[in-house]
Amino acid sequence: MKFGVIQFPGSNCDQDAYYAIRDVLQQPVDYIWHQESNLAGYDCVILPGGFSYGDYLRTGAIARFSPVMGAVQEFADRGGLVIGICNGFQILCEAHLLPGALLANNTLRFRCKYLHVRVENDTSSFTHLCYRGQVLRIPIAHHSGCYYCEPDVLKELEEQDRILLRYCDRDGNVTEQSNPNGSVSNIAGILNEQGNVAGMMPHPERAVEDLLGSEDGVLIFRSIVERLS
Amino acid sequence: MSANREPGGRTVQATLPIPPEVYREMGLNDAEYQRVVEVLGRHPTYTELGMYAVMWSEHCGYKFSRPILKLFRKYREAIEGSGLENAGVIDIGDGFGIAMKMESHNHPSAVEPFQGAATGVGGILRDIFTMGARPIASMNSLRFGNLDDPRNRYLFEHVVGGIAFYGNCVGVPTVGGEVCFEECYSGNPLVNVLSVGLVRIDEIAFARACGPGNPVMLVGSRTGRDGIHGATFASVELGPDSESRRPNVQIGDPFTEKCLIEATLEALKTGYIVGIQDMGAAGITCSTCETAAKAGTGMRIDVRKVPLREEGMTPYEIMLSESQERMLAIVQKGHEDEVARIFTKWGLNASIIGEVTDDGLIHVYDGNELVAQVPAKSLAEEAPTYVLDTEEPEYLKRVQSYDLSSIPEPDDYNQALLKLLASPTIASKEWVYEQYDHMVQTNTVVLPGSDAAVIRIRGTKKAIALTTDCNGRYCYLDPYLGAQIAVAEAARNLACCGAKPLAVTDCLNFGNPEKPEVFWQFRRCVEGMAEACEFFEAPVVSGNVSFYNETPDAAIYPTPVVGMLGLIEDVQKRCTSAFKGEGDVIVLVSGWTAEDEASCDLNSLGGSEYLKAIHGLAVGKPPVLVMEKEKRVHRVVLRAIDQMLLNSAHDCSDGGLATTLAEGCIMGDVGAQISLVSNCGPAAALFAETQSRIVVSLPAEKLGKLREIAEDEQVEITVLGRTHGDKLEIAVNDEPVINVKIMDLKEAWCRSIPRTMED
Amino acid sequence: MPKANVYITLKPSLLDAQGKVVQGALEKLGYTNVSAVRIGKYIQIELEGDGDLEQQVDDMCRKLLANPVIEDYRFEIER
Repeated sequence: MKFGVIQFPGSNCDQDAYYAIRDVLQQPVDYIWHQESNLAGYDCVILPGGFSYGDYLRTGAIARFSPVMGAVQEFADRGGLVIGICNGFQILCEAHLLPGALLANNTLRFRCKYLHVRVENDTSSFTHLCYRGQVLRIPIAHHSGCYYCEPDVLKELEEQDRILLRYCDRDGNVTEQSNPNGSVSNIAGILNEQGNVAGMMPHPERAVEDLLGSEDGVLIFRSIVERLS
Repeated sequence: MSANREPGGRTVQATLPIPPEVYREMGLNDAEYQRVVEVLGRHPTYTELGMYAVMWSEHCGYKFSRPILKLFRKYREAIEGSGLENAGVIDIGDGFGIAMKMESHNHPSAVEPFQGAATGVGGILRDIFTMGARPIASMNSLRFGNLDDPRNRYLFEHVVGGIAFYGNCVGVPTVGGEVCFEECYSGNPLVNVLSVGLVRIDEIAFARACGPGNPVMLVGSRTGRDGIHGATFASVELGPDSESRRPNVQIGDPFTEKCLIEATLEALKTGYIVGIQDMGAAGITCSTCETAAKAGTGMRIDVRKVPLREEGMTPYEIMLSESQERMLAIVQKGHEDEVARIFTKWGLNASIIGEVTDDGLIHVYDGNELVAQVPAKSLAEEAPTYVLDTEEPEYLKRVQSYDLSSIPEPDDYNQALLKLLASPTIASKEWVYEQYDHMVQTNTVVLPGSDAAVIRIRGTKKAIALTTDCNGRYCYLDPYLGAQIAVAEAARNLACCGAKPLAVTDCLNFGNPEKPEVFWQFRRCVEGMAEACEFFEAPVVSGNVSFYNETPDAAIYPTPVVGMLGLIEDVQKRCTSAFKGEGDVIVLVSGWTAEDEASCDLNSLGGSEYLKAIHGLAVGKPPVLVMEKEKRVHRVVLRAIDQMLLNSAHDCSDGGLATTLAEGCIMGDVGAQISLVSNCGPAAALFAETQSRIVVSLPAEKLGKLREIAEDEQVEITVLGRTHGDKLEIAVNDEPVINVKIMDLKEAWCRSIPRTMED
Repeated sequence: MPKANVYITLKPSLLDAQGKVVQGALEKLGYTNVSAVRIGKYIQIELEGDGDLEQQVDDMCRKLLANPVIEDYRFEIER
């Protein structure tokens, strides 16, 4: 089993994701340069957080045209696991691997803080080690994390159990006050139709050691590892 | 003129005298112009004049501050020895060093706060990675006028926004700092940014243009007209026409900077870069002459080979442009392509613009035409220095002798405490640091909001701690003592998280040094700081001076900001300032005896935030500091943290003991019952900013061990009370004076800044 | 040289948080007749040659410049 972490110019959580997989999960992992067009040999590809191409024009808009994104599309079509974190989530939406888009936070400010998310789907390849309703403590750090989709798409996401995580308070209540950015229906993470592509705004790779304040992010990565082995 | 002769026999054409109004406009005085003529043996060209004007400005040449800065031991040794590097490197063992520097971007931020602050962050980061160090954390120390003025709110909002814009994108966590508000910073905001980097000691890169014949490469962004004469701009007072100087402000591109960080670190790994320097103030002029001067070499460059962003730029403009995100690299001959390939891979320009020579001269060509030819050392190291007059300011005696006994006790101590907690200088800065990515790189183990930020060093058991401190009001009331307290408080903040001081970087912000009163403040501050840094074994390894922080109406308080680095040997043994649940004993570790503690002399309210926030006064003398007593307190707390005795440690500073206790409660979400003894009024017991005190909390059964350590260090400890319930209750001499719900304290402390800014 | 001026705005159905703040600020400045503010992007593109520039710019908008999920665009070409 092998992970790949894609590096776009401007990615800045690539090294954190790499560290989480290699040093905490103790799994094999490579960096994949954005010019790469072949993902053979990988089982899970991570699109990390950061500011690919400076997030100029629109978050993720330019990165989606990198050669590697063609390969990611094929990889996903073949059923490979893809997870986009923060900027990675934005890129997956721009590339139409996930529905919807991420708008500027309704606070209009960058927000970096620990918060709580509730696990809505406990069978996916990314969350099956969690239980439904479990509250995870994972930080966010973004300026454009306000998830938006058309009402019919939202209905579809709900009906097909494709909402992975929702922002909530520490007791698991999904409230307006616990929504940090104005996301529709408090959505923090979603799945594609096939269930092999996930996107989330919170940073699980930042919550993998007690020393950092939480180990809840490990559940996400360990879910992937167990599903693949 | 043999000095001006090229190997090929080419010389700069003898030129006519430059009219005085031209060189004065550039910032040179008559004597300095004459000095240029003497050095060159002729009149300078327009390009040469521009180069001297900018390199001999206070900003680049330290012409006023250098004689005083020699009071700092390391600076003196560096000037007299091997020369200054871009940032100091401190050995932390295990083969690692920490590069650290702080810099001001006050003037650009006053004119265009967003870009001014953003490019400040970019500049300080380049100072760090140009040494081969990966930037691992940034901090900032900000000062603004009162927030009731919309202009100050605008500056505050956009400075923070600019720091967030740049720092978040480059992926270096901004882990904390300080923000203070005083009327004197209205119109003169201070934006000081600090950055630290991690480097293997055997991989430090140097800013030296070694090896004649080696190609000189310009990497990074293209060059435009931005920021021309930004450096001289920073060396004059801001007047009403500062707004029209807007074109001087540079625009930052953090995306390019992020690529530049990765490319530079990757290129340095090849071993083919013999010298490298970032480009900040004075752009190509500064980087070419400084690297050549340090290596004792010269350089020949052609401005036509510089990739430009705009058409029709003159050699003068190219030499002085302060376009951001550029570096000058001196590459081993024959390996240009390998190095260039790395920069190209990251989408950056890498152009050879010249080569190193052995004649000590900077030769600037515009194609075939020689437009400047000047000795590198004369630009980089021979700026005229001045010993300015000093005079004790008149205001001092007046403010120091203010009769504090005339100040009445407050009617309601609860209201006074709430008001103090809501004072923006004391209030929670969450609104600020939530806008900064403070976790990227996943090494921040103590997040912003505690006394110091803590960053673990992977591959070791160690962590570093960082803090910035300065109380400008203290420095206004007594520059020497104020500067010493800044150092003592920084060391105290480090002790509270379990770190021993290692080194200091500073940002010395003052008014117009050509005024004897201002220069007196400057000298006294440096004297106090130099002495305290030696005492706390934290030498000043780098820093920056910013003068002319004044408008026609007013000068700022003398503000010598201390950025202090500390080391934690075992990252597991660290401490934060929040109380941790019910039933802990709350103890005051103080450098003073119980008798001192109760006395009125020691517990003077002079210079306190209480006097400022409640009575609108900046008067009295700052609190007494005895450095030996201070150090003993640090030793007690450090030993107690090392033995894992403490659940929290929080220093007493702005707002006094009551504020320290309230913050511990708010952050820990738990109440406290406290009993104090005082021989003067309760206000002094609650709000005096008496130095050398740390409030700790611990389980009762560990108190004996803490006592043993304290006795051993000859420090008295006093049990103040315990954590309990959901209220902060304080009695002075058994008389209840404070009784407030933590929820209400929290509302005052947490909501103050958001309420002001989101109104 | 032909020049394309491209205007991109959030779809009317989406809350424009930035626009809302600016509207509030204008109202505070005394402009009581401001009923809505929408903020968008303006992109200038200098083009070479002639051919079907309309088609080309429309393509650019759909592929990269605008995100059809959240944004509308319009453009004009100056020749």
